[in-house]
Amino acid sequence: MARPLLEVTGLSKRFGGFVALDGIDLTVAEGERVGLIGPNGSGKSTLVNCICGTLANESGTVRFDGEAVDGLLTHERTRRGMARSFQLPRPFATLTVADNLRVPLLYTVNARPGVALSPAALDARCAELLQLVALADKAAQLPRDLTQVEMRKLELARAMAAEPKLLIADESMAGLSQSEVDDIVTLLIRLNERGITIVLIEHIMRAVMRFSQRLIVLVSGKKIADGRPEAVIRDPEVERAYLGQ
Amino acid sequence: MRTRVFLLISIAVAAVVFFGARTVNNDYVFFAGYTVLQFIVLATAWNILGGYTGYVNFGSAAFFALGAYATVFFHKFYPLPIPLLIVVGAVVSGIVGLGMGYLTLRLRGAFFAIATLALAVVLQTLVVNWDYVGGSRGAYIIRPNDIAVIGPYIQYLFLLMLALVVIALTIARGIERSQLGYGFATIRDDELAAEASGVPTLRLKLVATTLSGALMGMAGAPFPYYIGYLQPSSAFGLEYAVNSIAMPMIGGTTSWVGPLIGAVLLGSLQQIATVTISSAVNLLIVGLLLVAFVIIAPNGIIGLVQGWTRGRAK
Amino acid sequence: MGLSFDLLINALIAGILLGGIYPAVTIGVSISFGILDIVNIAHPAFIILGSYIAYIVNTRLGIDPIVISIAMLPVFYFLGAGVYQVYYESFERRGQEALRGLSFFFGLLFVTEVMLILVFGVDYRYVEAPYIGPSWRLGVMDFPLRMLVPCVVALALFAALELFLSYTFVGRAISAVAQDQLALRLMGASPIRIKRIAFGISIATAAVAGALLIIIQPVEPSVGREYIGRVFAICVLGGLGSRPGTVIAAMLLGIIESFTATFYGPSWAPAVAFGVLLLTLAFRPAGLLGR
Repeated sequence: MARPLLEVTGLSKRFGGFVALDGIDLTVAEGERVGLIGPNGSGKSTLVNCICGTLANESGTVRFDGEAVDGLLTHERTRRGMARSFQLPRPFATLTVADNLRVPLLYTVNARPGVALSPAALDARCAELLQLVALADKAAQLPRDLTQVEMRKLELARAMAAEPKLLIADESMAGLSQSEVDDIVTLLIRLNERGITIVLIEHIMRAVMRFSQRLIVLVSGKKIADGRPEAVIRDPEVERAYLGQ
Repeated sequence: MRTRVFLLISIAVAAVVFFGARTVNNDYVFFAGYTVLQFIVLATAWNILGGYTGYVNFGSAAFFALGAYATVFFHKFYPLPIPLLIVVGAVVSGIVGLGMGYLTLRLRGAFFAIATLALAVVLQTLVVNWDYVGGSRGAYIIRPNDIAVIGPYIQYLFLLMLALVVIALTIARGIERSQLGYGFATIRDDELAAEASGVPTLRLKLVATTLSGALMGMAGAPFPYYIGYLQPSSAFGLEYAVNSIAMPMIGGTTSWVGPLIGAVLLGSLQQIATVTISSAVNLLIVGLLLVAFVIIAPNGIIGLVQGWTRGRAK
Repeated sequence: MGLSFDLLINALIAGILLGGIYPAVTIGVSISFGILDIVNIAHPAFIILGSYIAYIVNTRLGIDPIVISIAMLPVFYFLGAGVYQVYYESFERRGQEALRGLSFFFGLLFVTEVMLILVFGVDYRYVEAPYIGPSWRLGVMDFPLRMLVPCVVALALFAALELFLSYTFVGRAISAVAQDQLALRLMGASPIRIKRIAFGISIATAAVAGALLIIIQPVEPSVGREYIGRVFAICVLGGLGSRPGTVIAAMLLGIIESFTATFYGPSWAPAVAFGVLLLTLAFRPAGLLGR
């Protein structure tokens, strides 16, 4: 197994009396394609928020790229190579589509030591990303003029713009047609071939099965399965908790 | 247009304004104009934190008054030329802005807004109880009648305030077009997404509060010389809080032009109203306009003009 | 020694009585800010409005101010419901509460104060009632009735609202609307309607609070702004989610203010509440008993 890029140990998170995450252990190796599934409310987004620093976990540690990141703010983690897309798209409403992508380029990529992109280079990367998600013709428009599907693609593109080592895609495919889902999966696999480790959180099982090399199942804040996708979906507990319905 | 060019053009415009005012043989133009210019600076300063970054400051009077009272302090302690006092005002108000930001900006925007209100009252109470700067009785600042080269002292003050306007507008416009401007906009639009995109939100917010506070302190520094007799109730007056919010919100918060338009329009309106009606009615009008614009035309005059031109283009 | 003990104990009593009255002032904001997440900094303006209405009716018709305020409850309720409707349509629905919603309430606060100045001037106004003036003496302890009666009324109002919020359907829906709008919809209650009712109640309490205010002290238009500090200091110190917390915080603030006024002089009084607010926000923003 390649060296671990993300190591989560004993992560727990409560909201008042409600235990959202209960001692989660998981590891993602460099270059892996991991799928994360689970019913609504099982804590998937909370897990992402804790890993990225948006929420503070009560106990447990998160190590990224060999370094403990527990005290770091979200933007510091992003600059170290962790990027995520939000389940409900959160675009910058007063910036154009292109400028939405410019932000992570300016504040993450350009903020890394030794990187100093010229304005022309920034524009080029913007254009490249827009091409990648087929939003090039909407570059000068505002997010509110986009369709739901286009907003999800923008959300994903913005995470990709941060040139991460680890990309966590949180339900980016909800509402997409079959061919659009396939396109996104192909895109993600291509990104992975370029060296980006990807965690895909999804409900669309076709996409998950096609994409994942390893599958993790989260139910009620606990990890109940972690292994090869074909084996995991045949696990009786997983069937009962999530798939059987 | 590059910032350097803008700076040169605005200096030229300022010169035209100044010399144009001198041709009108009436010092009242300078007295009234000073107030309008002061509001341009305050409105622009407020907008950097409010319009660009999305954090509302209800305590503009506090930062303004700090600049004014720093001047009173030095007037008694060790007299300094006004340009230097302006720098002092900027530093004092900037530091207070930084400190308050550090204490409250990690909370939600609403708490920050309430804290600014609290700050204004606490500072006013401290000043009222500080006899060295006059306390509640107030402080007299004798200003000279004339100054070399320029002539009447009020024209000197007017010129200084013009300079501050040029500085404030250049800074505001410079921010808008810079990386900092993008950062501020993302904080305003979605702070969580901004953090996730690598924007150091707390640091940028502190920059905004410090800068905004410093500019307001700069506007306040010459005020004691303008007014001659400074009382806490006038330095901390509610009209500063209301106007520094109303002018950008009515003019339009998305660009440096908005506060300028709002300040010139509302400022002139108020000068006329104060003389013809009463100052209380004048403030009432400002308040009503604020409420009306916020409900009906949330993007201010700029927004209305943009909507109108877009409508005509169709 | 005996003299300052007198002073001490009576400052304490005044503080406790004041602390008992403050919940009437803050219960409205506990609802609008604590439950509905609406930063209504104009709440004190509605309170002052209540004070002036009590003043007018009391001066013209001699009716007891507390009775007046109870008669005004439905008027203030509809006023609150109307304001919420405007707030919802203009800001909440468009996600603009942060900047524009705040400015809206600030504008309301300001306009109310200036209109009161124009109509009534800046002189202090006060009301007349049989319990304003006499005190109830117990040894060295002095219980001014003009504070005791409002204190009792305030605590009664607070208790009544607590019962309403805990035991009636609408009350429980209001408590729930902050947490689970979806569940509310499933139960057939429209969240917007519930919020409107809640905000209406919040402003209705201002009617009573206003009457109590003008009983305990003479009132002039800028007094509203002083109360912003007290109201938010108490809510934040008590912890936004906790109404019992606000009673404790109110007591604390009342006592601190009373001692400051007695031993340091009244010119420091405005700073107390705002100072407490700043310190709480800086060091313990969740409050004493907050979530």
